[in-house]
Amino acid sequence: MLSALLVMAGIAIVLGAVLGFSAVKFRVEGSPLVDKIDAILPQTQCGQCGYPGCRPYATAIAAGEADINRCPPGGEEGIHKLADLLGVEFKPFGGGTVLKPKSVAFIDENLCIGCTLCFQACPVDAIAGAAKQMHTIITSECTGCELCVAPCPVDCISMKLIGENIANWKWKYPVYTLAQAK
Amino acid sequence: MRTLHQFNGGIHPPDNKAQSTQRSIARAPLPSKLIIPFRQHAGEAAKPIVRAGDHVLKGQLIGMPVGSISSAVHAPTSGTIAAIAVQPIAHPSGLPDLCATLIPDGKEEWIPHAAVDHRNSDPAELRQHLRMSGVVGLGGAVFPSDIKLRPGNQKIKTLILNGAECEPYITCDDMLMRERAAEIVQGAAMLCFMLEAGEVLIGIEDNKPQAIAAMQRAVADSGLPFEVVAVPTIYPGGSAKQLIRVLTGLEVPSGKLPTDIGVQCFNVATSYSVYRALAHGEPLLSRIITITGNVRQAQNFEVLLGTPVQDLVALGEALPDTDRYIMGGPMMGLPLSSTAIPLAKASNCIIAVSDKLFPPAPPALPCIRCSRCAQACPADLQPMDLFWFAQSREFDKAQQFSLFDCIECGACSYVCPSHIPLVQYYQFAKSEIRAHGHDQQAADHARERHEFREYRFEREKQEKAERLAAREQAAKQAQPAVPSINPADTMQQKIQAAIARAREQAAASKPKNTENFTAQQQAEIAEIEARRAHIHELAKSADEPSKE
Repeated sequence: MLSALLVMAGIAIVLGAVLGFSAVKFRVEGSPLVDKIDAILPQTQCGQCGYPGCRPYATAIAAGEADINRCPPGGEEGIHKLADLLGVEFKPFGGGTVLKPKSVAFIDENLCIGCTLCFQACPVDAIAGAAKQMHTIITSECTGCELCVAPCPVDCISMKLIGENIANWKWKYPVYTLAQAK
Repeated sequence: MRTLHQFNGGIHPPDNKAQSTQRSIARAPLPSKLIIPFRQHAGEAAKPIVRAGDHVLKGQLIGMPVGSISSAVHAPTSGTIAAIAVQPIAHPSGLPDLCATLIPDGKEEWIPHAAVDHRNSDPAELRQHLRMSGVVGLGGAVFPSDIKLRPGNQKIKTLILNGAECEPYITCDDMLMRERAAEIVQGAAMLCFMLEAGEVLIGIEDNKPQAIAAMQRAVADSGLPFEVVAVPTIYPGGSAKQLIRVLTGLEVPSGKLPTDIGVQCFNVATSYSVYRALAHGEPLLSRIITITGNVRQAQNFEVLLGTPVQDLVALGEALPDTDRYIMGGPMMGLPLSSTAIPLAKASNCIIAVSDKLFPPAPPALPCIRCSRCAQACPADLQPMDLFWFAQSREFDKAQQFSLFDCIECGACSYVCPSHIPLVQYYQFAKSEIRAHGHDQQAADHARERHEFREYRFEREKQEKAERLAAREQAAKQAQPAVPSINPADTMQQKIQAAIARAREQAAASKPKNTENFTAQQQAEIAEIEARRAHIHELAKSADEPSKE
């Protein structure tokens, strides 16, 4: 009886030591789950989810504080992927979020007064310009987050729809009628 | 005699080539209007460098290549640019793209051009010349030729000229080889020189005996050690990877390029345009196009790029029951939405179609997994599985099953007993995967930029804090340096010393020309001094209350 207890206690101490050692030795900095969620998010940094950027939203999802259906730029496909990753049910968009077609910001250069407020707001440094100099959007870098629209004091920024063109056109899902069984 | 190899699969559709090889190549008359697309090649569209109203000469550059994969666009004849605007072009989307509209003046006035001495030129210069001459692969992929001539990590052992032309109805390469064999061989010699290739093989399907004979004669006349090889007629034997397999027995590995196994492949028409570009300095302005199908006069025409399809159709005299047109062959061709669409570098054939000629496909039935498609697939794929994954949008599985090795030849759809439009599913899946990859890239890029911005803010904050700390430190260090002396005293001493210095200086320097003043001048000076003193008084009295 006593020897059994001692053996069990001995095993417990050894395993505990191993676990304690590995917890220190193989410590993972940051949460790998946050990275995985962040990789799915579209990185527009638009804040439409209510968090100041994609990574904070990913952190909130990982912590179980946020729903997975708050990211309009990610689309339904993004929700499906998050649901797959987290092992939860797919949810349609909620929380006042609306799906929008992809667009980019455009500065009316005749109206711009060079106040620099828009590029302080741009999360991806997609606006070029300097104080009292005309600003312009670097279209290839713009994620279409609309964060620059509100700060502009002269309302010279508008969102332009990208639309379908030869460069971004995709083949459609083939639709054909099956033959009627006789 | 060379031992030929085989690839798996392939089909034998009726070739229907005899109709359009009865007459020699004719030069199409100058059309009344040319619509020249700026995107006639794979890669980035060319940038327009002319404006509406400009007069251009034949061969003048109108579209400048942009980026690494791009090619130049030229005016095919002299005339006036009427507009630079988006117009419908030959593209599966049916979407319009930027084109220049050119109204020919009928003079065919050439811009000055000269031959390039390719043997004494730098290869990089020759590639640049080909890029600026708009030379692209004329087999159908329209990939810029200069990029295919770049030296890779592998030495090119074999240069293959592709004259297989395996798709039914199309005879433009056949006729080109029959009539302009010498030029093609010269072009091959130039390509061989640029690639420093060890051997040159010219592969031609054995259903073109006249082309084979003409090419053999041209090779013999040139005295070059090229070999013309007749390859068995099988569709798609003219696809680059399949032709390489047949001629060399080498297989291009999945996801690799022919250059990775030391082989490079050019179409015979591309070789011809390389010859024109180097030996005559002529950019690519025209190409041979077959008009065939439901027409009275099937024939090959040398057509200026930008000629509307309807002009070519008129030359072939389409029969009244023609209801649609296909650009390309019946297997891989593109149904045209209108005949106002311009012919471009990729257009090799126009087929006039009636329901009698190509009966509409019967309605599709469900896949019965008979695997006839797998037997026909020349790329050794499992088309029925790819179809299954594409249909259910399981794109990563489709990719695991080597979807991107599919050459979209249509052999699987051709043999499918259920008449399923298989290739459309593969095209759909490929474009979804590509778009997703593109989105992912954009997201990664945005993340990187966002993170850098955050880092920059952090760094700026830190730098500011460091500056402040440094200043405080400096202030602290300055104090203990003179601990014994009262700082106020030293300040007073310094001020006194400065005042003394200033007085000395003032005494030392006297105003110039102050001797010999008249009494009146003296009085004026005195008056000014008095006024100045008064202003000083006023300023002092105004200052004092504000200071309190």
